Amino acid sequence: MTALSALPHVPQVGTVIIRGEDSSWSLQPRELWRHRELLYFLTWRDIKVRYKQTVLGLAWAVIQPLAIALTLSLFLGNLVRVPSEGLPYPLFAYSAMVIWQLFANALTESSNSLLANERLITKVYFPRLIAPLSSVLASLIDFAISLLVLAFFLIYYRIVPTERIVTLPLVALLAVLIALGVGLWLAALNVKYRDVRYVVGFLVQFWFLASPIAYPASVVPERWRVWYGLNPMVGVVEGFRWTLRGTGAAPLSLLAISACVAMAILIGGTYYFRRTEDTFADFI
Amino acid sequence: MPTSSENGDVVAICCEGVGKRYRIGQQERYRTLRDALTEMARAPFRWLAPSEQSTVGVAARNPELWALKDLSFEVKHGEVLGIIGRNGSGKSTLLKILSRITKPSKGMARIRGRVGTLLEVGAGFHPELTGRENIFLNGAILGMTRREIERKFDEIIEFSECGRLLDTPMKHYSSGMYVRLAFAVAANLETEILLVDEVLAVGDAAFQKKCLGKIGDAASQGRTVLFVSHNMLAVDSLCTRAICLHEGRVVLEGPPGLVTSRYLQTWLPTFKEVVHDDINAAPGNEIIRLHRACIRPQSGSSTDRITVRTPLVVEFQYWKLAAHTSLDLAAEVFNEHGVNVFTAAKIAEPPAPAGLLRSSFTVPGDLMNNGTYRIHLTVLLGGLTEVAYWEDVIAFEVHDAASELRGFYHDHWPGVVRPNLNWNTELIDSTVPVLEACRI
Repeated sequence: MTALSALPHVPQVGTVIIRGEDSSWSLQPRELWRHRELLYFLTWRDIKVRYKQTVLGLAWAVIQPLAIALTLSLFLGNLVRVPSEGLPYPLFAYSAMVIWQLFANALTESSNSLLANERLITKVYFPRLIAPLSSVLASLIDFAISLLVLAFFLIYYRIVPTERIVTLPLVALLAVLIALGVGLWLAALNVKYRDVRYVVGFLVQFWFLASPIAYPASVVPERWRVWYGLNPMVGVVEGFRWTLRGTGAAPLSLLAISACVAMAILIGGTYYFRRTEDTFADFI
Repeated sequence: MPTSSENGDVVAICCEGVGKRYRIGQQERYRTLRDALTEMARAPFRWLAPSEQSTVGVAARNPELWALKDLSFEVKHGEVLGIIGRNGSGKSTLLKILSRITKPSKGMARIRGRVGTLLEVGAGFHPELTGRENIFLNGAILGMTRREIERKFDEIIEFSECGRLLDTPMKHYSSGMYVRLAFAVAANLETEILLVDEVLAVGDAAFQKKCLGKIGDAASQGRTVLFVSHNMLAVDSLCTRAICLHEGRVVLEGPPGLVTSRYLQTWLPTFKEVVHDDINAAPGNEIIRLHRACIRPQSGSSTDRITVRTPLVVEFQYWKLAAHTSLDLAAEVFNEHGVNVFTAAKIAEPPAPAGLLRSSFTVPGDLMNNGTYRIHLTVLLGGLTEVAYWEDVIAFEVHDAASELRGFYHDHWPGVVRPNLNWNTELIDSTVPVLEACRI
């Protein structure tokens, strides 16, 4: 009766086929694009929520790298006198901390992103890649704020950046891609093995020491340099400092190794994530 | 069906042999890395593949459970399909597969149209965000575009009745307001297909009605709805067709009235007497253990037939293992539609000694309507702490009495209860004009 008059148009949308063995290499670019607004809202939520109920709010984005940089300056810069390649040691350490903090935050948050969104994953469908992606994007805000403070450092030390500064976003992108690659592995593993949350804290500390943050990469002997460069953050940190500095040659080989390693981790991480994402809702 | 036109024949959802396997223990948390490492050592690189391809050895240690088995059915565009079944029959798993939250282990499903999933109200609500912010977030999570949400915004506010608190963080909302706002967003989801779990219908009775009304609206707009519910009345009134799942298979299919009544007859066991002889194995704990529960006519045994006129005795025998305490009992009586007909509570009595006790109450005749009933028993300690809660302790059927009571009627007597009330009719004034033609 009423239903007859109210019969709507037959949907002209495509047919979705749900089957078990559907996992593939594909990144599902179409699906991701369809859910771009969800990516935006989740990122926005993470940013909004992060510093709620904190007294210092966004200042925390700066306090952490600043405090560590100052401590390093005091002990390693002043007392141990670690070389700092022509830069004042505080700037040398803080600039490294800025890019390191971006990497460490993005890595930690993306590793935890699936567990943090557990309720969503068990109750709603969306391409699961959205979760780690939004965590990584949200960590860019902290990065932007600590960059502002870096600008004050440059002004204080009267360092005028050269045109190299335009490559800074590329180096930052590389840091983000490495974090995402590792984050995808850890996030997917975290669903099944809660050991991961202990691994992440340890991994970040270990990685910090293995990267040229408190010391320049040049202290590593030449013949070990390539092996050292297999840590993709070596290229990133050195490259980041290079974009601020007016002197010295670009660490091109380190950056090249870093980019290759980053791609390998990212492709592997995406593949593992996509292979296991069908079972996230069952295991989480 | 008169409503089936050429549009009605378009298949919206088609399931072909869908199966879903869980490993027992799969949903347990904290699988240790050590387990995985030993497995990995046994079969290197196997861990990279999805769990399905795990070794036979693993499967043997983890017996599997098929939540869905070879499930096939079709839903036409514009149909409202009710899905009923007991807990664990696979209803929720089915919705999860159709909404793509999890993948089937076997078979495939084809879905034509945009799917909206309402398995939980307020999925993704964040307590620190304001109502306004959460509307956008939740809308995006449910698959609405920003423009859609903006267009619907006023309607959502109106439906939720929390306009005043729009810019207050949701942690300051009462649970009622929280649910209302959550449902208001969900209710404005405009997808061609809606998958609805009954957990959606939470809150007070008035709000439940509002929710069910919205689902009814969606149906009348010609959208396809899959509705999982334990509420037989809702399924009867909202759905155009129903299926009943049992152990992961479709066991009944057809018009909702038929499916729900057969479901109730078949799957609701009628246990009028239950006895547990072993005090250590009986249901209960260190405070109380249930020995015997039964229902019988006041003058007869539990095997006698119960009619609408029979006075009934409901009796519980239990071992009270804690001395110097008073145990309160509350027996809730439910009819086949899930309506709590009445509750008989034994409260605030002086402490009874420990030992085997018998508590009973009498239900007068001419009170219960004919139908199937279940009794849940709650045991409270000191009137506050719930000590035990037994669902479906006993179940029984009340039959129709001899027909003389009902005059010409011989169909279901409407109403939740059926007291035998006497009408009183008397003449108070005989001086009214009488129409000759109407005199019978």
